[in-house]
Amino acid sequence: MTGTGFGVQVHDLTVRYGAETALDQVSLEIAPGAITGLLGRNGTGKTTLLSVIAAFRRPTSGSVLVDGEDPWENPRVMAGIGLVREGGDWLDDRVTSSLDYLEGARPHFDRDLAERLLDTFQIDPCAKRSSLSRGQRSAVSASLGIAVRTELTMLDEVYLGMDAPSRYAFYDALLADYLEHPRTIVLSSHLIDEIDKMFEDVVILRDGTVLLAEGADELRSRGTTVTGPAAAATAFALGRDVVGRQELGPTLRLTVFGDPRPGDVAHARELGVELGPVDLQDLFVHLTAQPAVAGARSDRKTEVPR
Amino acid sequence: MNAIFDGRDPIYLQIADQIRDDILDGALKEEDQVMSTTQYATTYRINPATAAKAFSELVDEGVLYKRRGVGMFVATGARAALAARGRERFFADVLDPAVSEARRLGIDLEDVIARIRLDAAAQPPAAAPDSATPHSTHDSTGGQP
Repeated sequence: MTGTGFGVQVHDLTVRYGAETALDQVSLEIAPGAITGLLGRNGTGKTTLLSVIAAFRRPTSGSVLVDGEDPWENPRVMAGIGLVREGGDWLDDRVTSSLDYLEGARPHFDRDLAERLLDTFQIDPCAKRSSLSRGQRSAVSASLGIAVRTELTMLDEVYLGMDAPSRYAFYDALLADYLEHPRTIVLSSHLIDEIDKMFEDVVILRDGTVLLAEGADELRSRGTTVTGPAAAATAFALGRDVVGRQELGPTLRLTVFGDPRPGDVAHARELGVELGPVDLQDLFVHLTAQPAVAGARSDRKTEVPR
Repeated sequence: MNAIFDGRDPIYLQIADQIRDDILDGALKEEDQVMSTTQYATTYRINPATAAKAFSELVDEGVLYKRRGVGMFVATGARAALAARGRERFFADVLDPAVSEARRLGIDLEDVIARIRLDAAAQPPAAAPDSATPHSTHDSTGGQP
């Protein structure tokens, strides 16, 4: 699915707010045409990163290239970048005003689609922003974010506050439109269990640095639960990165992280332990809750001075 | 098909397995068209690249082939090839674990054998399903009497 849409190269990007370092020498790539999940706990720099990519903010140092060019004051590139942040980057007026504005400002904006989506979410386009609930505002953001159809579309926690049926309607609408109009999509979130199967790639930020950046399937295949008698589970996990541990009476469940090894299945059978899947949400929680994870591809140790 | 992709394997391996199973079971016939990546993506709310990865694995194996601009189809001979591969793996992947589980549970292996004989007697002589492929692959795994 890659190829159409803007790719992003971030090199050695640092952003400081006064004494606080929001991003610390971040390097990563976002593949053109892929759906990338940008994951991280609150305050780990997701919004800052997206704001720099969208040229809303200048970096302290380092560089960002979008479709091969610096997006800062670059009309061609900026026209192809859409960033919708939580709460919505749209006008503080009637929803129709935002539709009018986007129609004039964004060449690929599909007004029919926007209106259909608003209808799906039961939003009256004549409603004023101030009269909408948080969930409804998120639904407007999501609708506009999809319909703007920019070559690089970044949706930052956009579906927070939406109820479950609305969120699923959003996922379905996004996927359907992506299939018809392939483009680069970045979804940032810390709630990932509902959407992780839509990701082709995953970037995990922790404390302003890149903890992991890889294919979602590759990441998924590196997490395994090992369940069995405590001694057996411990024996199986020997020499592996244990990122989670749960005791269930005499039974121990360990979450291990690392490439599966040949013979794992036979080894597990011999020891009498069961191997199970770890979903991305669990892996994310384990990896980002840990003070440090050996083996995770973290470029540097980061203790951000606060 | 009611797949819920939550096993240990990456989703694309599960999709590939499911298509193989559907071919073996006859739910997908040779020269049938399989669902498109778009259909997979929207039906299961997964990334289309995930489905595409499964297809490319199956194309490499010769199970599926692509008709340009039309879609993916089950290759002629795919069922026989999958069955042959399954027979090769049957003893190691299915029977050996069953035997060790029986031992673990204290089930007499004679009882297991008797059960298999009973099943064999109840079935009409094994008509190879579908295109009646002769059992050309009696090999290493060694046939029991």
